[in-house]
Amino acid sequence: MAKGKTGKKEKKIRYFDYNLLFLLIFLICFGLVMLYSASSYSASINFSNSAYYVKKQIIFYGIGTVVMIVMASIPYTFWKRWATIIYAVAIALCVVILIPGVGRSSHGQSRWIQVGPIGFQPSEAAKIAVIIFLAMMFERTYSKMGDFRTLIKLFLLVLPVVGPIAWNNLSTAVIIMGIAFCMAFVASPKYSHFAVVLLAGVAFILLFIFGASYRGDRVNAWLHPETAGDDGFQTLQGLYAIGSGGLFGKGLGESMQKFIVPEAQNDMIFSIICEELGLFGGVCIIVLYGLFLWRMLVICNNANDLFGALLVTGVMSHIAIQVILNIAVVTNTIPNTGVTLPFFSYGGSSVMFLMLEMGLVISVSRGIVLDEIK
Amino acid sequence: MFPESYVRNFVYNRKKQLVTFGVFFAVLCFLIGRLVFLVVVKGPRYEAMAKEQQQRERVVYSPRGAIVDRNGVVLADNKRVYNISVIHNQITDPEAVIQMLSKECGLDEAFVRKRVEKVSSIEKIKYHVDEEVGKRILSYGYDGVKVDGCYSRDYPYEDLASKVLGFTGGDNQGILGLEAKYDEVLRGNPEELLTMTDARGVEVEQYGEVHTDSDEGNTLITTLDYNIQSYCAQEAKKTMIRKEAEGVSILVMNPKNGEILAMVDEPEYNLNDPFTLTEWYQGYEGTQGCNLMWRNGCVSDTYEPGSIFKIITSCAAFEEGVLTPEDRFFCPGYTVVEDRRIRCHKTTGHGSESYVEALENSCNPAFVQIGSRVGAERFYHYFEQFGLLDKTGIDLPGEASTIMHKPENIHPVELATISFGQSFQVSPIEMMTVIASFINGGNRVTPHLAKGIQKPGEQECYQYQYPVKTGICSSDTSEKMRTFLEKVVSEGGGNKAYIEGYSIGGKTATSQTLPRSEHQYVSSFVGFAPAANPEVMVLVIIKKPQGIYYGGTICAPVAREIFANILPYLGIDK
Repeated sequence: MAKGKTGKKEKKIRYFDYNLLFLLIFLICFGLVMLYSASSYSASINFSNSAYYVKKQIIFYGIGTVVMIVMASIPYTFWKRWATIIYAVAIALCVVILIPGVGRSSHGQSRWIQVGPIGFQPSEAAKIAVIIFLAMMFERTYSKMGDFRTLIKLFLLVLPVVGPIAWNNLSTAVIIMGIAFCMAFVASPKYSHFAVVLLAGVAFILLFIFGASYRGDRVNAWLHPETAGDDGFQTLQGLYAIGSGGLFGKGLGESMQKFIVPEAQNDMIFSIICEELGLFGGVCIIVLYGLFLWRMLVICNNANDLFGALLVTGVMSHIAIQVILNIAVVTNTIPNTGVTLPFFSYGGSSVMFLMLEMGLVISVSRGIVLDEIK
Repeated sequence: MFPESYVRNFVYNRKKQLVTFGVFFAVLCFLIGRLVFLVVVKGPRYEAMAKEQQQRERVVYSPRGAIVDRNGVVLADNKRVYNISVIHNQITDPEAVIQMLSKECGLDEAFVRKRVEKVSSIEKIKYHVDEEVGKRILSYGYDGVKVDGCYSRDYPYEDLASKVLGFTGGDNQGILGLEAKYDEVLRGNPEELLTMTDARGVEVEQYGEVHTDSDEGNTLITTLDYNIQSYCAQEAKKTMIRKEAEGVSILVMNPKNGEILAMVDEPEYNLNDPFTLTEWYQGYEGTQGCNLMWRNGCVSDTYEPGSIFKIITSCAAFEEGVLTPEDRFFCPGYTVVEDRRIRCHKTTGHGSESYVEALENSCNPAFVQIGSRVGAERFYHYFEQFGLLDKTGIDLPGEASTIMHKPENIHPVELATISFGQSFQVSPIEMMTVIASFINGGNRVTPHLAKGIQKPGEQECYQYQYPVKTGICSSDTSEKMRTFLEKVVSEGGGNKAYIEGYSIGGKTATSQTLPRSEHQYVSSFVGFAPAANPEVMVLVIIKKPQGIYYGGTICAPVAREIFANILPYLGIDK
């Protein structure tokens, strides 16, 4: 519905990106089908209900859709005023979770917070908070963005949230730093600064990885998954799945590795997709993400103001980084780290905040005025 | 909170958005390339590895064939036992599992810990635990502990014919005796149980279990007779205790076809517990003791046959035509060969005697003379003709070869000692077989224990055929030997084997073991009945008896007891 929402001013056509919406719906449906396939076995073992995960995921998407519609109908500029408060709350949550007894443990690390019946990961909330906060800050300081000192100041502003997160969830911290980096890159007129930051970041990560011995094990598992024993188990099982799939896969629901791959419905879902749908299916998904990112680029490029453009840049970076990290882990391109695949992996917090971000992006897209066309 | 501001999305911002997207796009393209590489180049290998892992293999052995005696009495059977293993991924409480398994299986905790903590699809803890223990382990209900039922060997008569039957190992493979020799016959094809499993080691039901075809093993029908074997074992045990001997071997064979009815080699061991040294072998170290304990002396050991060998000397002389039964000899109690003075066991001498009397008296000087008539070269030729130097081909593993002088080394002294059965060694089964051929009309039969096999579910029996070599000696010689040997029992040194009403032929022997300084002896007696047409022959060997050691005095009565019981049992009329 290329609905020309005519306001008071005539000739002002509100834009709505149907391509993005279509891609989103497609990704969600595809994701649900694959989630069912990947999770049915472990759901039937753990909950004696093969649809346990997928049912919950559908409920999350239902709530998520409401959230998205609400977000889409609120003009994104509204958040500018609340950015600092949102950010402060996010920092508070991330710090609170470190206090023993508050966080709910999962996989040995307390990353969850429980408020009544709702449990969620503050780190997921932190991503959106950082996006909104940085978009606001970068817009305010846009004229000084060319100054390296501004960058450093802004970097220090991110630390209170990245620091606590890094404490028990390094990969999320890396993702947030990546989002911040991309947003700063877009906001700044300079290139050279970012080359320096990038180099520093890479050096830091390398030092970090090879510095600690338990991470050294991970690196060893990455280089030699077949001989690394327990450390390489998940990676190797994922590779078995990809290898078993061949060009066109075993067919939907025919995965054997889903019985074996740990976190088949979660971080490793891409390997199950490759096993069932083959190389073809895997490439299709990557292409879908490419199209999805491209639609966001279009919205970003045409955003009404820098704040909107930065918001979309943040969301785009967020999704792109997670997709890249997840697929890189599954294909053993980088050492194993727990990153979920947006729209495919199971997880309420992830779904909720993704839909929230999508609502934000749609809101930005609605702000685009197609006056040139008329 | 902050005043609404408005900043344009500048061209440089847009350009950089494009750059950002470009970088993401490039990385995604790289990942597609990586995926193609994984699937196309490495895929086949990963696929194979995945298959191998998914089909975790457990081997369940199908029941091994039974071993039965000639009348169908089961000597070796199967019983239900359990194999205990652990599946690493399934274990939820490793400490409890380690404690429980080390307690129930009686294993070292460190050993169990190592296995429980090892990352593997399945790890063996202990095989062949009793049903009771297996059920107890099951009752704990611990996750990750796998209790698989299978079969293990059970020997209902424990030490009966232990050295003949042998036993099986942890994988149900025959290790010794008939179990080893007829392993392929007895072994059913191991049934391979292929199970699709997930990471938890839980069997994936929808894919089911893939059983490969399995055959039950064949039943091995032996020539042994449970009753005769039991009786002989009993006699051997008694004799062993009475004579404080080191060992007692008793062989009962049908001289016509080589069927062995009993083979006893005391001390025997418990087949259900073959790795525990019996009292007799307590002084030995584990493996060495076990090997000694398991050794079948009837087949694998050699001894100096002594006077029994005089039968062979006689046959050689008869065949050579240098001896007639009427020939007379004079025994002064000794004879001198070259520089050696060889004494007769009767130091006062037997005086003038016929050949038959010399045989009855077991007179050494007479046989030294007979031997010298044959001569070393011809004597050796007859050893070959009689098959003395060949193995008997008995269907038991580990048959010992005859230890004989080289023909060029047989000088008069050696010739003299060979003539009365000393200075060389043969196995009991060899001695038995050679003598059988002299009393059965000159046919060298193959002594054997396997009569035939019965396939599972089938009634008929597949009989084994064994080679028989004819013309070992003339039937005339054979007949003479039967006649004269009967006289040895009825009138001569073997009279303690005499049973009123039965015609029994036989020969006694006593030989000193090496080293001679120990003054230890091997006493033996070989007998057969009925003398004119032997149906059964018995060889009794007592190793290192204490006190009286003459074969005629200690072995012949044992043989007599055996004959007295088995002849009526076998339906041999008086």
